[in-house]
Amino acid sequence: MEILVCVKRVPDTAENEFELNSEGNDLDRDDLVYSVNEWDNYAVEEAIQIVDRVGGSVTVATVGDEESEEILRREMAMGANNGVLLSDDAFEGSDGKGVAAILKSEIDSGNYDLIMTGAQADEGAAQVGGMLAAMLDVPYASLVNKIEVVDDKKLKVGREIEGGNQEMSEIELPCVLSIQTGINEPRYVGIRGIRKVAKLEIPVKGASDLGLDEGSVGNAGAKVKRVDYFVPDLGEGAEMLEGSTDEIIEQLIEKLKAKGGL
Amino acid sequence: MAEIYAYIPHSSGVADDTALEFPVAAGKIEPGASVTAIVTGSGADLDKVAESLTSAYKEVIKIDNEALAYPNAEIIRKVLCNIVPKGAIFLAANDTFGMDLAPGLSIKLDAAFAADVVDFEGIDGGSTLKLVRQELGGAVSTHVTCDISSGAVITIRPGVFAPAEEAEKAAGGSVTDKSGEAGDLSVKRRFLEIVEAEAGDVDITKSDVLVSVGRGIEGEENIEIAEELAEAMNAVVSCSRPIVDAKWLEKSRQVGTSGQTVKPKVYMAMGISGSFQHLGGLKGNPFIVAVNKNPKAPIFQVADVGIVEDILEFMPELTEKIKEL
Repeated sequence: MEILVCVKRVPDTAENEFELNSEGNDLDRDDLVYSVNEWDNYAVEEAIQIVDRVGGSVTVATVGDEESEEILRREMAMGANNGVLLSDDAFEGSDGKGVAAILKSEIDSGNYDLIMTGAQADEGAAQVGGMLAAMLDVPYASLVNKIEVVDDKKLKVGREIEGGNQEMSEIELPCVLSIQTGINEPRYVGIRGIRKVAKLEIPVKGASDLGLDEGSVGNAGAKVKRVDYFVPDLGEGAEMLEGSTDEIIEQLIEKLKAKGGL
Repeated sequence: MAEIYAYIPHSSGVADDTALEFPVAAGKIEPGASVTAIVTGSGADLDKVAESLTSAYKEVIKIDNEALAYPNAEIIRKVLCNIVPKGAIFLAANDTFGMDLAPGLSIKLDAAFAADVVDFEGIDGGSTLKLVRQELGGAVSTHVTCDISSGAVITIRPGVFAPAEEAEKAAGGSVTDKSGEAGDLSVKRRFLEIVEAEAGDVDITKSDVLVSVGRGIEGEENIEIAEELAEAMNAVVSCSRPIVDAKWLEKSRQVGTSGQTVKPKVYMAMGISGSFQHLGGLKGNPFIVAVNKNPKAPIFQVADVGIVEDILEFMPELTEKIKEL
């Protein structure tokens, strides 16, 4: 099975405390730690496991700047066979539809049976997979937490739905699946693994390589645009307990007693 | 005036809570805008839902077909392409169905797409809808502009557009049957069955006090620290999603929209950042104590009491003090 996994380099929510810049309109990006979008690691792991079972190859693709190459290399260290970086100044400011259009032109140049994305990324929109499927006119399933290969024509997939339940469906290939965390345990990648793939060539493709009209992607083609970042004023928020740990615990115990916690 | 449609999820003949939230959202998109409800399904359950919606919507469109008895987003997307007019604003809930349905629908309708919207700030110049979203797991909010000149597909976060309790529900609407306009319902994804979540060793929904752990617990070996605190408080241990993904606790311990819905009296959020999916599983207005070493963790915006400490150091000390009582 030929599998393409779409991945993204994102600010790591587990490693960063997000602050606004001095103008208050963007994140303070100076010291941000970036990594592979968490959901994407599960998608790549799942793709590798499928290929281990039924044969084929895994290609990882991303839309981003030159720094995004490092995440492709990381996923190749996990076991992806190929990587491709889709990068062009004209791609900057793309909305979800723009990103999906860029990925679609790369997919059109290959012969893929299965396309995977993470269920969502840093923007929390969970949009690119569904858009890609609609553009490619193939079936789609989101929030997938189980994949069984039935034969070379179809898969049996589970979707995570409300209440921890799982919706099982049969889906025809080719298709697009967005992968939910927890579907597997993504393998660990060490420094040595990264070194092994350090010299592998990763092709870079721009708008003209992909046959894309520059006006249809990037800021020029975007209908949805982020104006600024802000921290909402949500009223009072929590009463913050302060002092030494002993003092805090003393206050907390009184409150827990009053509220039925002790 | 914007033309607005909303897809109403339902099960067993009862409309989802979001049914009352779409009119509130529409009013924020454009004051006075009315919304047409679209409901799909089959038989008596569908009729019951459609009828119930006439108290909140002037117009209700129902599509009745056996193929729609289970809400398969692949089929419903095809139906909606024949029902939602070009240029309209289409609303769905940002739940597991809406996430399946909506992004692809925006492509098929050639409309703009905005996901998981938490607020609207009106329309500028007739075609620029201003809205608010969150990014990075709720750590920051963003103002977003959305060009609606060729329509828009928008998912709203469930719960944030809840109507005021005194809101009158007397739209006196009527149901229009458009089953004949549904079109071709053949798709390449066939629903098989629902596999129900497995019951766990402990029922976290039955406990008045939950000691709930998140990423801040750092390792499986530290779960024990939370268990000791829970024991001292006569509580049970629950958790957020990453703990289940890491297989440190069973799925039945997970609080959130994809896990259990709980209604404790006291909720101890230990090292939990507080994503909306997690908070979506927390009902009944519990007293929330949040301990997190990140002072900017979103959980502090919803907690009653906040403490900026490392839970791995704080929990054992709290356990000791409680035992001394």
